Amino acid sequence: MMLLSAARRTRRLSPSLLAGGTLTTLIVAAAIVSFVWTPYDATLIVVENRLLPPSLAHWFGTDHFGRDIFSMVLQGARTSIAVALVAVGVGLLIGVPLGLLAAAQRGLFDEIVMRTNDLVFAFPALLLAILITAVAGPGAVNAILAIGIFNIPVFSRLARGSALSLWTRDFVLAARVAGKGAIRISHEHILPNIASVLIVQGTIQFALGILAEAALSYVGLGTQPPDPSWGRMLAESQTFVALAPWLALAPGAAIVLTVLGLNLLGDGLRDLLDPKTRIER
Amino acid sequence: MARYLLQRAFSLGLTLLIATLVIFVVLDIVPGDPASFMMGLNADPQTLAQLRHELGLDLPAWQRYFIWLGSLAGGDLGISYTYRVPVSELIVERLSVSLPLTLMATALSLVIAIPLGVFAAARRGRFSDAAVVGATQLGVAIPNFWFALLLVFVFATTLHWFSAGGFPGWDEGTGHALQALVLPTIALALPQAAILTRVTRSALIETLGEDFVRTARSKGLSEARSLRRHALRNALIPVLTILGLQFTFLLAGAIIVENVFYLPGLGRLVLQAITQRDLIVVQGVVIVLVAAAVTVTFLVEIAYMIADPRVRVGRT
Amino acid sequence: MARHLLTLLAACFALAACGQPAAQSNAARIGIVLEPPNLDPTAGAAAAIDEVVYANVFEGLTRIDEHGDVLPALALSWDISPDRLTYTFHLRQGARFHDGTTFDASDVKFSLDRARAPDSVNAQKSLFEPIATVDAVNPSTVKVTLSRPTNDFLFNMGWGDAVIVAPESAAKNATIPIGTGPFRFSRWLKGTQIELAKNPDYWGTPAKLDKVVFLVIPDPAAAYAALLAGDVDSFPNFPAPELLPQIAGDPRFAIAIGTTEGETILAINNARPPFNDIRVRQAISHAINRRALIDAVGMGYGTPIGSHFPPHNRAYIDLTGRYPFDPNKARALLKDAGRASDISATLKLPPPPYARRGGEIIAAELRAVGINVKIENIEWAQWLDQVFTNGNFDLTIVSHTEPMDIGIYARDGYYFHYAKPEFKALMAALDRAATDQERTKLLRDAQRMLAEDAVNAFLYQLPKIGVWNARLHGQWVNSPVQANDMTAAYWSEK
Repeated sequence: MMLLSAARRTRRLSPSLLAGGTLTTLIVAAAIVSFVWTPYDATLIVVENRLLPPSLAHWFGTDHFGRDIFSMVLQGARTSIAVALVAVGVGLLIGVPLGLLAAAQRGLFDEIVMRTNDLVFAFPALLLAILITAVAGPGAVNAILAIGIFNIPVFSRLARGSALSLWTRDFVLAARVAGKGAIRISHEHILPNIASVLIVQGTIQFALGILAEAALSYVGLGTQPPDPSWGRMLAESQTFVALAPWLALAPGAAIVLTVLGLNLLGDGLRDLLDPKTRIER
Repeated sequence: MARYLLQRAFSLGLTLLIATLVIFVVLDIVPGDPASFMMGLNADPQTLAQLRHELGLDLPAWQRYFIWLGSLAGGDLGISYTYRVPVSELIVERLSVSLPLTLMATALSLVIAIPLGVFAAARRGRFSDAAVVGATQLGVAIPNFWFALLLVFVFATTLHWFSAGGFPGWDEGTGHALQALVLPTIALALPQAAILTRVTRSALIETLGEDFVRTARSKGLSEARSLRRHALRNALIPVLTILGLQFTFLLAGAIIVENVFYLPGLGRLVLQAITQRDLIVVQGVVIVLVAAAVTVTFLVEIAYMIADPRVRVGRT
Repeated sequence: MARHLLTLLAACFALAACGQPAAQSNAARIGIVLEPPNLDPTAGAAAAIDEVVYANVFEGLTRIDEHGDVLPALALSWDISPDRLTYTFHLRQGARFHDGTTFDASDVKFSLDRARAPDSVNAQKSLFEPIATVDAVNPSTVKVTLSRPTNDFLFNMGWGDAVIVAPESAAKNATIPIGTGPFRFSRWLKGTQIELAKNPDYWGTPAKLDKVVFLVIPDPAAAYAALLAGDVDSFPNFPAPELLPQIAGDPRFAIAIGTTEGETILAINNARPPFNDIRVRQAISHAINRRALIDAVGMGYGTPIGSHFPPHNRAYIDLTGRYPFDPNKARALLKDAGRASDISATLKLPPPPYARRGGEIIAAELRAVGINVKIENIEWAQWLDQVFTNGNFDLTIVSHTEPMDIGIYARDGYYFHYAKPEFKALMAALDRAATDQERTKLLRDAQRMLAEDAVNAFLYQLPKIGVWNARLHGQWVNSPVQANDMTAAYWSEK
């Protein structure tokens, strides 16, 4: 056991980083490839070809409209990744500055930010997402909005908490003595130091975003047809399960592998970037 | 401490008040009219106007808000537009399914997660730890609706061990009612167990590195004993936090699982109310859930303070 | 703590392992997709209300049977005056409401007056609009005077919206329905099931079943699972036609494909350019392959239609050949209209699978002929608001399930904005027509006019797909009105 942990300490690429990185790269590659090439047009409906089992012509078979499932899964990667990525981006771009500012200002502003976070957390997420899409109509953009809103408090809390502990550190005090303003210190000294934590959290939120997009599309509120989406493919395949199990298998496996890859990557990154937990392991 | 608690209680109250406004405004701009939903394609305008008047929908928005707020203050959630019964009655009915389901799922996830987390932490770095971590990774990654469907096909349609869904009600006997909740409980609990196992494991590993545990070990306590006696107790704090968050999440977040098992839970009530534009029900359920979430957060915070006095110092 | 929980869970599993509760010998469990919002058919349009209470709990003066024929119910017989303005109903004697109060002419007068009152919230108020007066001549005779002859009056009095209620219980029917039918309401577990029990004091042929339980199962996959697991005895409207091949091979189940009054159409906003141009509408009709649509959406179940009229009706004429599937012709028509490739349209789709699934196919077909269609999935509430009430749409798919509803094309401001004066004249003549031949001729003219004008793209008649336990007999195969009449249902021996 000693040997193993020592080996892991010296070899910086942990198995989870390796596995997670590979999976994630593969799926991102699939999404990029789908822009220039898919075996078939993923929206092409050929009713006569419906429910074909997997074959050389259709690797993952065809769905109830005769569309090629492999092509749909490839393109679905694009939608899932895009929605989750932008949602996390929204959370980062709004949440981190809010958290940093709250940590820098303290007082009333801090209180307001934190209480607003509490408020957002208090709302049942899926319900609010459903309400948002009921107001704005279903679609990828509104799914991003619905998922993004819940990422804001995650990042603002994390940024605030991490920043607070840094504000008492010497190098920050030194910068203060040098007369730098709170915003400048946050930007120049604090942000670089909490970047690794944010990246790790970002990876995990990315994975959650993929699941959330799948859930929203599953209830019909996410990406709209004809754009393929893993969650909607699962929903549509549901009643065909007894007839054509491969329908549910491909998108389901795609979701599981993507989330798995991202979570492993997040774990690996944490080991790599956060010295404390690395040593503890 | 008392002053701090009072202060927090006040801000929680304020949070709730703001929540009522947010809910009302959001629902007020949702397109669609409950009256025309109820009356369908052949309704004439006069009938619609009559129904709207009966439901109090002809009043201006701000007036409806204050009427709602006023009755909320008196503990009254209003009368459902479509069911024509008090909203509180509907919620209590649905809670009699959702609450046991959530409790059972939480219990099951704890029963799985704590031993597994302790086991993995004790054998950290070894193969069995890696296996547990791998399993939890998979558990987190599987979408719960997929898992639920799988359960139905294996245990209901193929093996006939359980009903495929539905809920006979508690007065048909506790046995039948509990039986109907078994598969949904598992479907809800397993992903939660995966998360909790991870939290338990990493919290334990973290506390194991802290000074007081080191001291305990240097005093000659075995690893397993120091784990149980000192580390576990401290590691329970983050577990408790996650549990608190998950509980309220499960209460309403079971919508999809409720749908697969066609259970009459709170999630389905609100989903149905949204599609029928029974907005007063939606408002009522959401505010109850927000209140529950806020209260649980508050309780977790107090638990924190009792468990770890340092938190208090850090906060104020 | 943990140990107690474990014990509890173990107990749950032990209980579960004891197996299914034995199904009650003479009960039937019926699966329905939507839960009714309330149980008063005279105060709500939801079809789910009628699906539970029609004929089972509530009865009208007349009733409609499986074939769409009008039969006597609470009215034993009736006389119609030569000018077709006065209907004298002779009422059934000895009928009682479930709360014990007797049924007589005053209940009929109360029910009809209530439905047509200014403050009525009856969803089909137009059914009662021709009524001028209702008089209770004596306890067993009611005279209804109309302001104009109305051909469908007796049929209309058989709708769920025209059932007879008692003044003592009418206000509470939403939650505790009190009717005169062979089943009485016993309990409603909101969100899951509604139970009816046999009415031992029924005036007519008593029900054969002791108990009917309606189980609400909205999810098609769950419906299939429930059927296979033996939790449900019958789905009068099985929501997943794609699974029928699986069920067909299973001797435990019977499948009955029947007709409905649901004309499924691609509705076109005739008031909005470029759809006000008949060539564009004809192009749309030519662009759609109805057979492929029925194959993909209804797994081959469904009858193509060429106008807004059900194929099982005697007055039906087959107009499906008017616009055969011909993408080239569609493109030519669009070119003719000067809109070869620049039409963009939004297709708004309500939740049922026929709309959501059909919409994907039709959108692809329209794109193939150069109409750029964007899909927008919306809920019913939004559909009612945007499409139906405010006419804010280009294209939508919907099934018109009301019986004999060709008259909607004569309505001003109706959502697809047709209301051509010539068509209105046809409908007015139809109301005046006294003989069947005359009526049939007018109905055929009306069908032709709608097809000729390509008002909407007429797709197919929605089938009624019933799946039930092979030993459960006596359920409706067709659904002329949306109802699950269980009054004659019974279990056969093995």
